[in-house]
Amino acid sequence: MAEVKEPRDGVQIDLISGQRMAGLTGMEKIRIILDGVREGNIVILEEGLSPDEESRLIEVTMTEISPDEFNGIEIETYPRSETADASFLDRLMGKESTNKLTVIGPANQIETLHKDETLIQTLVSRR
Amino acid sequence: MGLLTDLRSSIARAAASLFSEEEPKRIGIYGPPNAGKTTLANRIARDWTEHGDAVGPESHIPHETRRARRKENVEIERDGKTVNIDIVDTPGVTTKVDYTEFLEHDMEEDDAVRRSREATEGVAEAMHWLREDVDGVIYVLDAAEDPFTQVNTMLIGIIESQDLPVLILANKIDLEEASVKRIRDAFPQHETTPLSALEGDNMDEVYDRIAEYFG
Repeated sequence: MAEVKEPRDGVQIDLISGQRMAGLTGMEKIRIILDGVREGNIVILEEGLSPDEESRLIEVTMTEISPDEFNGIEIETYPRSETADASFLDRLMGKESTNKLTVIGPANQIETLHKDETLIQTLVSRR
Repeated sequence: MGLLTDLRSSIARAAASLFSEEEPKRIGIYGPPNAGKTTLANRIARDWTEHGDAVGPESHIPHETRRARRKENVEIERDGKTVNIDIVDTPGVTTKVDYTEFLEHDMEEDDAVRRSREATEGVAEAMHWLREDVDGVIYVLDAAEDPFTQVNTMLIGIIESQDLPVLILANKIDLEEASVKRIRDAFPQHETTPLSALEGDNMDEVYDRIAEYFG
């Protein structure tokens, strides 16, 4: 991430644009997310991750969980409907739509209050 | 000439027997922790394998299954046909594991920490199987719980993106608070089949669907 000011007493939110993520490999994206989350930040992705990247994010998160240090992540996106609707050809060409705003935070700091197809309400607490 | 023909035909027969038998499809049983995946795997194994050995221990404590376990050559008979599958019981998928939650189940701290470490390894293993090693998925949900969770949404999305056939099962319909409709509403793009793996309710329909989806 770019250099940031010393965090004060609060919760840092990293809003990452689709453009910034577009040029990165899957692993680089996962690193950006987990590095931010492990520092206690809330990471918001403008365009979310592909299903394969989500699968790898879960896998890498699991390898990093450590008792009393890191319990894992809470992740929320709007329910994916495009994937099911995308044609086989679109998926074959990697054109499936993944542009769903995604919120990711440390499991011990973020709690989902409500979620439906159009609204995600989360409660974020300090460490 | 006759000898040569005999030889050729016996080679052809041997080759046919080598390649004609299809490899059993590997069907992964996936879902969140405590949905009843192992209870289902054990019931299928008991119903359709010769010795009926259990696939793994069942427990109400989350993350009892911390390694993927494969039961090979499960032959399910439906309408005079036999469907041969390997069932892979996988650890419940989650994005977080907190060892202190195991302490609430009267577990010593050392055991809880060990269980959480094994659980995280198990989830990573389950994800790897899903990407690399399964031909179809039975997705098990606890019908008494809210299906609208991020893990369910992500996993169904991952399964769909790989074009794997997926059978959604609404388990634990024996519980009073169970709602099959809630699961149908959450995943309207898929057919949902209700059952109680524990009580054996509606297993005939489950086996019909397994044969239909994976046969």
